[in-house]
Amino acid sequence: MALPATRPTGAVPSGAVLSADQLLEIYYYLRLTRTLEERLVALYRQTKVIGGLFRSLGQEGESVASAYALERGRHKDILSPLIRNLGSLLVMGAQPIEILRQYMAKADSPTHGRELNVHFNDLEKGYLGQISHLGDMIPVMAGIALSFKLRAEPRVGLVYIGDGGTSTGTFHEGLNLAAVQRLPLVVIGEYNYWAYSTPPEKQFAVKDLAEKAKGYGVPSVTVDGNDVFAVYEATRFAVERARRGKGVHFIEVKTYRRKGHAEHDDQHYVPKTDLDHWAKENDPVDRYTQRLLTADLVTDGDLKDIDDRVRVEVDQATDACVNESLPAPESALPGVYVDPPAADKLWFKVL
Amino acid sequence: MAEVTFLEALRQGIWEEMERDERVFILGEDVGAYGGAFKVTDGFSKRFGESRVIDTPISEAAIVGAAAGAAHMGLRPVAEMQFIDFISCAYDMLTNYVATARYRAGLSTPMVVRGPCGGYVRGGPFHSQNPEAAFLHTPGLKIVYPATVRDAKGLIKSSIRDEDPVLYLEHKWLYRRIKEQLPEGEEILTPIGQARIAREGKHLSIISYGATLWKSLEAAEQLEKADGVSVEVLDLRTLLPMDDAAIVATVKKTNKVLIVHEDTRTGGIAGEIAARINEQAFEWLDGPIMRVTAHDVPIPYAPTLEDFVLPQTDDIVKAARWLANY
Repeated sequence: MALPATRPTGAVPSGAVLSADQLLEIYYYLRLTRTLEERLVALYRQTKVIGGLFRSLGQEGESVASAYALERGRHKDILSPLIRNLGSLLVMGAQPIEILRQYMAKADSPTHGRELNVHFNDLEKGYLGQISHLGDMIPVMAGIALSFKLRAEPRVGLVYIGDGGTSTGTFHEGLNLAAVQRLPLVVIGEYNYWAYSTPPEKQFAVKDLAEKAKGYGVPSVTVDGNDVFAVYEATRFAVERARRGKGVHFIEVKTYRRKGHAEHDDQHYVPKTDLDHWAKENDPVDRYTQRLLTADLVTDGDLKDIDDRVRVEVDQATDACVNESLPAPESALPGVYVDPPAADKLWFKVL
Repeated sequence: MAEVTFLEALRQGIWEEMERDERVFILGEDVGAYGGAFKVTDGFSKRFGESRVIDTPISEAAIVGAAAGAAHMGLRPVAEMQFIDFISCAYDMLTNYVATARYRAGLSTPMVVRGPCGGYVRGGPFHSQNPEAAFLHTPGLKIVYPATVRDAKGLIKSSIRDEDPVLYLEHKWLYRRIKEQLPEGEEILTPIGQARIAREGKHLSIISYGATLWKSLEAAEQLEKADGVSVEVLDLRTLLPMDDAAIVATVKKTNKVLIVHEDTRTGGIAGEIAARINEQAFEWLDGPIMRVTAHDVPIPYAPTLEDFVLPQTDDIVKAARWLANY
């Protein structure tokens, strides 16, 4: 990605050290996430998105910041994003056109129309898509981290789990196994107040997710999930700790799901005052840009340039794939196994 | 040549693969210092170290999930279920995550999940199960179920080398009950997906696998002696993918089929085999496809109950005689 001209490195207010280039790169991913989702909403309304559309509005900050704390590049750290971690996926190198093709079930999507939305992966770039069964990616990412440990590679795994997802058995089993094995794994617990329509008090009896982690002997911290710097700093600390062989770390990010579970959900169960508050007082992108501008680390012009670039990129990606074909029906058969290479076509299809 | 048990053959197979390929590692409950509940991995920890023989918490879903993650990264995990009955705790991970990985996401997941299955050992409802039918319905998995000492070794080695996830079902009644001379130094690799004619015959075919393969062979012997009926016995060895060609060939040869399995009846594998014969060899049948299976009850503990519920040699003899006279 082409970046603006290098500026002097400045200490951000929280104390984490990020260069101006990095600060602008983070802004780019925040803006890209939000703009791409807005484009998907338009495509959804035009019935071009085949399935559901899941928004991360209000959660872009923690997604982008946590992923940004990893070592990125070929064969570096690996993360497993959830449905509201589009920002994490983009930071790791997934392209907007891949996301658009996934949602529109295009033949040339990363999964060739077999899977939805952010359910795809590129282990070389460093991301492993989730399946819909929440919690399952914790043991799987423990296995990825186990491979790092067995091969003595200085790599780290990072996996997200929602507040509702921490109620699953696989979350418990996976976190416990990872803790016992002291695996290089960072778990981001996203407390966003709503698991579909279920609030936290019906999901668990502890106050903070961080308390759950303590039960596994896993150090944990609760941070303001809409403070990009706080999430970055906490994740950076946990990632480097894991890389030094110190084991699992759990970071609870307090944030808020500002849209329904998916686009169809009118979220009538969410207090309107809460939505207003989080939108007006605690938007992660607004907070981030305010801090950059107040600390004089970037200029309005820098940000506007990025906004313009993001708009062009999303436009180009959309134009490039919106009219592409869906997969050919018979392409459904290959690839269940290496061998046989394709499932048999059933007899009534050849009558 | 050395005479080895089924269990020893299995043990040798895993050992040889771990010697050959450093990517192979074991994880499961009590597999390390203790050597596994049945001692399949006895001595492995000492030879290969704790990093390649990993004792885990009692967490079947995490065992399978972690195996999958490691397999994605190019390792070759062999996950043990202490008793295969507990594989149900990992059902979600196997069917939703592991089995779909290649198809939905192009992910390679070369891993083996193995464990002791089956009854006839007074294990009660939770140490006697045969879970194959629950997984036969899952595209993306392979299921092997060896009956002989040679195949115990040959199929575990092939399973570890396979590029796709394999369930390896090992019948605990066979562990120390059957022995066979295995040549030392020979690389035994039983191909996955190929059945084997365990006994040649002309009048009737019995299709079976696992422990009931031996009961079917006993029944065939008795029928030959008492009735002069020549019974062919087909050992499926792999249940998924099923060897349709071998099944159809034996049907065309004898024209009568009895399917014998230890698992319960309704929704059992015999139904699937019967459907395939119906589709592919209907015109060759001279009688109905019949089944000898367990009754549709959980497997009970008391010897009198278990013996009544599970298929016995006498049951197979009676059923085969009925079919021969049809």
